[in-house]
Order: sequence, then structure tokens, then C-alpha cells
Amino acid sequence: MKTKLLLAVAIGAIMTAGIGVAGSSITLKGSDTMVILGQRWAENYMAANKGAVIQVTGGGSGTGIAALINGSADIAQSSRAMKDKEKLEVKTKRGAEPSEIATAMDGLAIYVHEGNPVAKLTLATIKEIYQGDILNWNELGGPDEEIVVYSRENNSGTYAYFKEFVLMTEDFAPAVQTLPGTASIINAVSKDEWSIGYGGIGYSSGVKILAVANNDSSAYFEPTEANVESGLYPLARPLFWYTIGEPTGDIKGLVDWVLSPAGQKVVTDVGYYPLPKAKTDEKAETAADANGE
Amino acid sequence: MPIHDSPVTRQRPSYGLRAKDRRRDTIMKYVITASAFGAIAVIVLIFVFIGREALPVITSAEVHEEVTLKGMVTPVEWRATKPKTYIWQPVSEVPKYSLFPLLLGSLKATFVAILFATPFAVGAAMYSSEFAPRRAREIIKPVIEMLAGIPSVVLGFFALIVMAGWLKDAFDWKYRLNATSAGIALGIAVIPIIFTVAEEALRAVPRQYREAALALGASPWQIARRIVLPAAAPGIFAAVALGFGRAIGETMIVLMASGNAATWTLPLTDSVRTMSATVAAEMAEVVNGSAHYHVLFFIGALLFILTFLINLVGELYVGRLKRRLTGSAG
Repeated sequence: MKTKLLLAVAIGAIMTAGIGVAGSSITLKGSDTMVILGQRWAENYMAANKGAVIQVTGGGSGTGIAALINGSADIAQSSRAMKDKEKLEVKTKRGAEPSEIATAMDGLAIYVHEGNPVAKLTLATIKEIYQGDILNWNELGGPDEEIVVYSRENNSGTYAYFKEFVLMTEDFAPAVQTLPGTASIINAVSKDEWSIGYGGIGYSSGVKILAVANNDSSAYFEPTEANVESGLYPLARPLFWYTIGEPTGDIKGLVDWVLSPAGQKVVTDVGYYPLPKAKTDEKAETAADANGE
Repeated sequence: MPIHDSPVTRQRPSYGLRAKDRRRDTIMKYVITASAFGAIAVIVLIFVFIGREALPVITSAEVHEEVTLKGMVTPVEWRATKPKTYIWQPVSEVPKYSLFPLLLGSLKATFVAILFATPFAVGAAMYSSEFAPRRAREIIKPVIEMLAGIPSVVLGFFALIVMAGWLKDAFDWKYRLNATSAGIALGIAVIPIIFTVAEEALRAVPRQYREAALALGASPWQIARRIVLPAAAPGIFAAVALGFGRAIGETMIVLMASGNAATWTLPLTDSVRTMSATVAAEMAEVVNGSAHYHVLFFIGALLFILTFLINLVGELYVGRLKRRLTGSAG
């Protein structure tokens, strides 16, 4: 009986000891589009800086912003801009305005199955597909097959961005299926011959990416690095980090590293596009100035 | 050493117990009682918490600015060129919270699950109780009950990656992820429950019925179909009710395999969005205290009440069954 008691106390001590260790860890939460990017950044940063502890989780941009508001995350990864309502919540609940930092560029890609003959669409056509106005590929120059439409869940920043910039804030059709992450959309599109989906450019493999035009009279562009950085691709978007107030201390170290050439190289490795050179140089200059002070 | 309140210890409280042991026994009695009441308290508190968070949908004026009970059950306008219909689109310029597509989605998936599971489960139960030799029964029962041990996320994953594609090719469906793929995976999850209770119901039929039928010259199949099955019918309905209760509350399988499209159509091969999957997918993002948050709790409460009522009916019947089983000679 005594040894059992001793054993219980020992186990209890070991378990509680673990709690004390997580002293200065940084928590990143949010965008599913950015989750792999966040993890790679974390891995590389922790390898370069012993003692830094960074935790990365996904859950969607909305989830990340909600976590920033209620204090369970230090940095929110978001593939859409924060709404004014959310910025106000941060101010009232956390005491400071959120700081918006663009960390990478993404071209929101429209995916179809590799065997689909259709290769390009205008924004208006994509809107009609996602609102149930166009139901068959033969209206787009393809074969007589009904279109199966995939989208993201409504906690996704990509969903919000798509709704705002492609659907012009109108609603999706009820028949549009929703999947939890970009990887699951790629999986679904690669399996369904006559489907269409959308997601960040970093995930694409095994599917065909369409060229997109602003309207009938403009040129069609694919989401290549050049097109995204120059803004020629209609759905080019920045991927954001949000912090409470200007970043300080450990968080500032991480942010500066991410904006540096080393951090931007990770962006390229993961498959997204680095910030346009001018921006990174400017940020590196301001960072150097701050350090030099 | 006895720690329960028995006639012996009541009459002579210090019989065989030193003061130190008596104290320990009293403490242990209170600890165990506290655990029991703790478990009940947890259930009651969950009731209370969900009810409290769901209530603003009915009572709060602030929530009513965005969504009202009436708004949840009437068709809404979603596009100028299309007729009004039921739409679930809470993240939108004009949030729309129609409940009916979600309710229909849950019912469709559960219907397919029960349709798929009942023949297999009741058939297995009949085989196990009527036809199988004892050795076989001792293997079949635990094996089917092992199905209950498969985590639902594994079933959902299997449905998503393997089964849905295969079914789509085999039956030439339009959608790969729909109520039927999710329903079949749900059915697999529900088979052990229906099997266990149905088998008990069948075995509860008194032996005299079977012996009388045998004496009149009936074959085993005739006995099973015409005597035992009708006699066990209430118990089998209870089994199906319990299976229904489990299937309607199941989240992971439908989240992965049903397509999550809040459609308001009849075909079982259309994608559906169930109540449970909606709560699971959207709860993480809602801002605490917003209308969306309260509506999700309202849906959770609905699901809770529905499942609770169905399970209550099922459990009442199962209780009656158990008494019959232990009371009779069968």
C-alpha cells in the first residue's frame, strides 16, 4: 500500500513537471493554406535558434483569428485580411490593435481533373459554376458531364477570400460540397473526373490548374510566380500573420527571420511565392535599423 | 473486511473494526458515493450548459437581429434570379440559418445506415440464436461486437478514400461523397448495437414456443420466421431504435464522407450536411457569444434531445427484455 502511494506520487510529480517546461513558446494557429508553411518555418527557425519553441496548428483562418482574440494563440496565420469587426474585438479583448504582416504570396488556384479538356475560365464563369448557374461542362466547351463542385468549409480564409473576390460576396449554391482542407480538395478533384475545386497554389499535385482571366476581353494567366508577384493573375493574394500590437521580443525575432531571405526561401520550397523583392528588402532594412539602434 | 452497511455491522458497529479502520471505511464510502454522484452531476451539467447556450436563440433580442426561430424554418431569399428556398450559409453578408437541410441530411444518412445495417444485424442475430451450434455462436458474437471497437474516424477515412470511389464506379453515381456512402459506413458502425440487442430479444422468446412448434412438425426456418421473430418484434424495434440513436449522433463518419453540402433534395445519392457534422466543422471558428455560436448550440441541443428520446425508448424496451430473459426458462 505504501509503495503504491509512493508510485502514485512519483507519477503525479513527473506529469506536473512537464507543465513547467513550456516557458517561452510561440503559438501559431490558423490558416490551413499556411499550415505546412508555418510548420516548415517553425522547424527551420528552431533548428537555427536552440531554445525557441514554436507550436503550429491549423483549423482555418477564422479559427486562428478567434484564437488570437481569445488569447490562445500568439500569431494568427490567415489567408484572408482581418475584418474590421475582428480588429475591434482584438482591440477590446486584448488591449492593442492587431498588426498585419504579409509573409508570402499565394495565387488561389482553380483545380480540375487532369483529364478535363477545359483549360481556362473567366472569373465570371467560375462565379456561375459556384452559384449553380452553369451545371454542365458542355456549356464550357467540354464533354456532356455534370459539374461536381468542391469548396472549403466556412471557417476557412480561402473560403472567405473566394466568396469576396470571385462570388462578389454572394452565396454559394447549396449543392456545393465542402471539405475540411485544401489537401482534401486536391484528393477529391484528383478522384472525380468532372469536378472543380479551389485552393492555395502550394498544394497542387495530381490535378490540373486552370488559367484565369478577369473577364472575356482580358488575357488568361496561370498562377506562376511572375504572374502572382506582378498581380497579373486575378486571384493573387498575400498570406498574412497577425500579432497583438507590433511584434516584440521572441515574436519579433521570428517575424524578422520569416521576412528575411532565409525565411522566404522556405516559402519557395513549400510551393508558395516569396514576397516581391522590394518588400523584403524594405522590411530587412527596417529590421536592420531597429537592431542597429 | 466488510465496508457496506450490513445487519452485522449495524448492530455491532465495532465488530472486528478498529477505530482507524472504521474511519477509512467511512471515507471510502463517501469517495465512492461522490464518484457516482459526480458522474450524474456531469451529465446534468452538460444538459444545463447546452441549454443555457442554446436558449438565447429563443430569448435574446441581440441574437434575434441576426436570426429568429421563424427565420430558421422559413424559406429565404438567396439570389434574385432564383426562388426562395432553405439555405444554410452562416458566414455571409446576410447570414442564413435554415435548419431543415441539416435535419434532412441527418435523417437521410441515418435512414441509409439503418436500411443497410438491419438486415445484416438481425440476420446475424437470428442465425446466432436459432441456427448456429453453440461453438459457432461463441465465435460470432464477440467478432461482431469487435466491429463496435473500430474508431469512427477509421470508418470515415475508409469510406472517404476507398469505399466512396468504389461505390461511385459500381453504381454510376453523380456524386462520390453523398448520403449513401456515408450511410453505409454509418451502417457498419451501427451493426454491432443492433445485433447485440436483437440477439437478446430473440433469445428472450420462451423455449416453450419453439418446443410447441417443433412438436407440431415445424422446421427450424419456419419456427424462426413465424414464431420467434414475431414474438421478438418489440425487442428488435428497440434494437433498431438504439441503432438509430447512435447513427444520428455520429459525427466523424459523416464529416468525412457525406460531402457536407446543405441540400434540400430527396435523392439519397445527393451530398448532405448533417447536424452533427455542422457543429463539428463550424464550432472552432465562431466568436464566443455570436448568433452563429448560439445557433450551433441550439442544433446541438436538438440533436441531444432527439438522441436522448430515441435512446430512452430503446432502453425502456431493453430493460423489459432483460427482465423477461432472466425470468423465463429460455
